Amino acid sequence: MRGLTELEAVFDAPPPATGIQAAAEDLLLASEEVLEHWVTARGETPTRDEREGFRLLALHRQGANGDPSFNACRETCREVAYHYNLVTMQPEHADITNRLSMMGLVSKHLYLFISGKLQVAGLGEFCCSSKPIRSGNDIETPTQEEA
Amino acid sequence: MTTKDKYKKVAYYPGCALEGTGHAYNRSTKAVGKKLGLELVEVKDWNCCGAMEVKNIDPKIQTYLSSRVMSTAANEMDMDVVMAPCNGCYHNLKKAEYDLANDKESAEVVDRLSKKAGHKTYESGQVETIHALDWIKDSIGEEGLAARVKNSLSGIKVANYYGCMYTRPRHIFPEKDQGPGSESTSKPHFMDDLLAAAGAENVDFPLKTACCGGAHTLSDSDTSTKLVLNILKAAKLSGADVIATECPTCHSGLEMHQIRAEKMLGETVDIKILYFTQLLGMALGLKAKKVGVHENVSDSMKFLKEKGLG
Repeated sequence: MRGLTELEAVFDAPPPATGIQAAAEDLLLASEEVLEHWVTARGETPTRDEREGFRLLALHRQGANGDPSFNACRETCREVAYHYNLVTMQPEHADITNRLSMMGLVSKHLYLFISGKLQVAGLGEFCCSSKPIRSGNDIETPTQEEA
Repeated sequence: MTTKDKYKKVAYYPGCALEGTGHAYNRSTKAVGKKLGLELVEVKDWNCCGAMEVKNIDPKIQTYLSSRVMSTAANEMDMDVVMAPCNGCYHNLKKAEYDLANDKESAEVVDRLSKKAGHKTYESGQVETIHALDWIKDSIGEEGLAARVKNSLSGIKVANYYGCMYTRPRHIFPEKDQGPGSESTSKPHFMDDLLAAAGAENVDFPLKTACCGGAHTLSDSDTSTKLVLNILKAAKLSGADVIATECPTCHSGLEMHQIRAEKMLGETVDIKILYFTQLLGMALGLKAKKVGVHENVSDSMKFLKEKGLG
């Protein structure tokens, strides 16, 4: 698993003139590695399973288990998978370079979101919706006497 | 009474943001409502919904704050629909509704605090909370809107940005994902539908529900700037001229971090940012000033004039 700084460089790299398919593979792999960071930080072993043909989606599901806020990047993961399919299933498409660029931007969003969550207080509260609706650990609710 | 009729007169809960940074959203929402013959009755003496700050410290206090707004609408104004254009307010009222229906402890806290504050306790189901998108979509509809368009938005390519709180978490929005005609939590489309009815060309925008970093725009500005920059770039790459917004926090974040990205990172993305109500208002024949374009941080006037709007 590459470090986060190294992964950011992958997402920031401009689309290559050749080897577009390989670049898409690397973006997908780098996105999986970002999720591996999240899962590992939670003290778990990243899954090797796949969902709907993508390990990325299985890793997201693992990362969201018990943390509904993590679903805030669910659609981003699905968009990474979708753009990977666009690039790899239609390699001769006239818009292939833009499609790869878009995959890079979507992957980078996943990276920024997760690395932000990792930065702030470890597994902190980067996302405003990051607390489960019924977390069971609410604090400061006034007692009947106080109220 | 049909939904269409029910939404013709609703309680209006602008929330704090629409009195501050999101004033253009307030102005344009009211102007569009008036133009469409829809009546807004502002909730009397409304309070903060609990926003993100209260919710992250004590969700039950947030539930109480939101319930008080709904209690006022239901018990003091005899209204059965509350319309909240702000995603944060909309989300919090829906969350409070869910909590009161499903969590006994929340209901007890709300009852206790309501009695202490001296107002009637809100009972789950007394009002229906809707977003400005629901309000226009369900009361006027695409056909009704298209029939009223005076200045088509044709020639304008729009990336519709919904942000994260309009659809998440899914379980507090039971009316969504109910098949044809309902809103989707994974691929929301109500804003797309309304702007298309006004003539705009919607682009395929993959980050329409992605995080803008709004909650940490001050505490972690650099990450917020990078998230926004990424959204701006993706919208531009999608071919959009404009990002349409329906949340004051997202809107302010996009505008301010667009400037910050230029200053801090030297990256300029030439794309306009407008509330969907501003675009709709101008399509309905309202002047740019009437829908608060001059109150936006970013300057879209030249672009709008080129498109024959405002």
